[in-house]
Amino acid sequence: MRFHPCGNYKEKYEEELTIFTTDFGRLWCWIGIFILFLVIPFISSNYLLYVINNIGIAAIAAIGLNLLIGYTGQISLGHGAFFGVGAYAAAILASDLGFPFWLSVICAGVITSLVGMVFGIPSARLKHLYLLIATLAGQFILQYLFVHWESLTRGANGIFLPRATLFGLDVKGDRSFYYVVFLCFVVMTWMAVNIVRTRYGRAFIAIRDNDRAAEGMGIPLFRYKLLSFAVSSFYAGFAGGLSAYYIGSITPEPFTLGLSIEFIAMIIIGGLGNIPGSVFGTVFIMVLNELLSHATEFFMNMSTLTGVALTIAPLREFVFGLAIVLFIIFEPRGLAEVWRIIKSSFKLWPFSY
Amino acid sequence: MEFFLQLLIQGVSVGFIYAIAALGFVMIFKSSSVLNLAHGEIMGIGAFIFLVFSLRLQLPIPIAFLLTLLGSFALGFIIERLFLRPLIGEALIFVIMLTVGLAAIFKGLMLFIFGGNLFSYPDFLPEYLSIQWGAINISPVYTASLMIGLVFLAIFGLFFKYSSQGIYMRSVADNQPAALSLGVHVRRVFALSWAIAALVCAISGIILGIMNGINVHELSHMGLKVFPVVILGGLESIGGAIIGGLIIGLLETFTGGYISTALREVIPYIVLILILLVKPYGLFGLVEIERV
Repeated sequence: MRFHPCGNYKEKYEEELTIFTTDFGRLWCWIGIFILFLVIPFISSNYLLYVINNIGIAAIAAIGLNLLIGYTGQISLGHGAFFGVGAYAAAILASDLGFPFWLSVICAGVITSLVGMVFGIPSARLKHLYLLIATLAGQFILQYLFVHWESLTRGANGIFLPRATLFGLDVKGDRSFYYVVFLCFVVMTWMAVNIVRTRYGRAFIAIRDNDRAAEGMGIPLFRYKLLSFAVSSFYAGFAGGLSAYYIGSITPEPFTLGLSIEFIAMIIIGGLGNIPGSVFGTVFIMVLNELLSHATEFFMNMSTLTGVALTIAPLREFVFGLAIVLFIIFEPRGLAEVWRIIKSSFKLWPFSY
Repeated sequence: MEFFLQLLIQGVSVGFIYAIAALGFVMIFKSSSVLNLAHGEIMGIGAFIFLVFSLRLQLPIPIAFLLTLLGSFALGFIIERLFLRPLIGEALIFVIMLTVGLAAIFKGLMLFIFGGNLFSYPDFLPEYLSIQWGAINISPVYTASLMIGLVFLAIFGLFFKYSSQGIYMRSVADNQPAALSLGVHVRRVFALSWAIAALVCAISGIILGIMNGINVHELSHMGLKVFPVVILGGLESIGGAIIGGLIIGLLETFTGGYISTALREVIPYIVLILILLVKPYGLFGLVEIERV
């Protein structure tokens, strides 16, 4: 058993990079996985499972975006469109070419990472806000293609996907999809946590902290930036493919700039440069969305208050904006930092530090 | 040929609208180097304040206009004080996401108070402002807004070039620590520059409202359309914003007229990416020189 030492006695960089500093951490992780796979699916209702599945899918995409923004420091406003590319790729592969479920979702990720690399090319010359504007343009161009490249995407009519099957089993209903989504989620999170620890991840962080210095240390900037775009879009595309299968049909409407902004809000509220943080942020945003739509529905159903419900509908946007603004002003490092403070105050109790 | 002329006129007028919308954006960027994604919403607030004063309260137009300017000046001041001051020195993404959050807040508020309908101002522009020149008829709105635009362009050009406050603003935008160490009161400059920028946004909003009517969604869409315009012209250049606006307007209408109407919406963004790849700082922007 290893416990927290009462000081920093690390002697090697490997010790600095370990994921679990104590055995308790590892234990908690296994308990978490146990709860995730054996408890939650059996105690929650179908509706709750639907919400949780959506959270899992969005969390995969948010982790990808965090690799790009939080670790590499390349701001992208096109993540929602990449999510859409993944959804369309999966839908087209599955319905037109008859790819099986698992293959089309993985291919969706690969195709999206190629598209992401194309839209990452401007990062060769652009930094900061110019890059942001270039990705904004990418978002609009992709959105246009979703609607108007009708021979491929069937425009506003959308595409229906065949039922997902995995190893001969029918993946139908929220519960079986739950297992698929969260198996992918665990694998993708594990991958992300470990990408960050490798030489690639450290190169990403070096580029974020100071790109000139990173270049001076011999990191080929453009190649690593493109790699970061590719990895992050792979996550987005994979999540998009899953969501296309989960919903069963896709239309161009959801993949707007609003979705991109929602993804960025997730990782900002969760904490930039923090993998668990992106999950926290996703949960926060999705639960907030769900609560707000419930509030609207609640007022709608009370006949005397229908008028109130119609007027408070725009307040959803207001609350969403307010959450972003308050987090940025009061806790820019996000929920991950809140979690760290809670943890360390438990650990140190009854001392203050 | 007639079709071409028609498109030309239409393009110039659309471009003119873009140029006006871009002015406030460039003001904010020039004076505090904040990329304002809430631009459309701030224009909308200005336009709605004017609507309330002129239509609901029935004030005379000049008084309503002055009150609107005052109100949006205060609004800019408040935005800076409450939201942007805590972020001085923070990373770019926080500032940008803050403006995104502000955009959502303002949009939600405006939809809550006014709803998503199209509003229009009372008709107050005198008829003699319209210009008849051969087959070309220019409505009074365009003449008036051209005049307002030129006046403000001249005022702000002079302000940035000669007044001490304008020079402070430019110095702060250029290099905050250097400005601080030379004794510029950075916080005051920020407050003032946001106030002035909100004022310019309100003017753009009012002009857009006179031309097209006021609609929350329309205006926030316009706030995003500004990006290709200002990138084309260079983010710091007011003159560039006007030329960029005209180019984008012409490009849009000619694409819409000759190629396809659907392509019209994205052609500015395609051009934007191409320009960024070839000339990353726009046609008239300042080239940032980084020294290690």
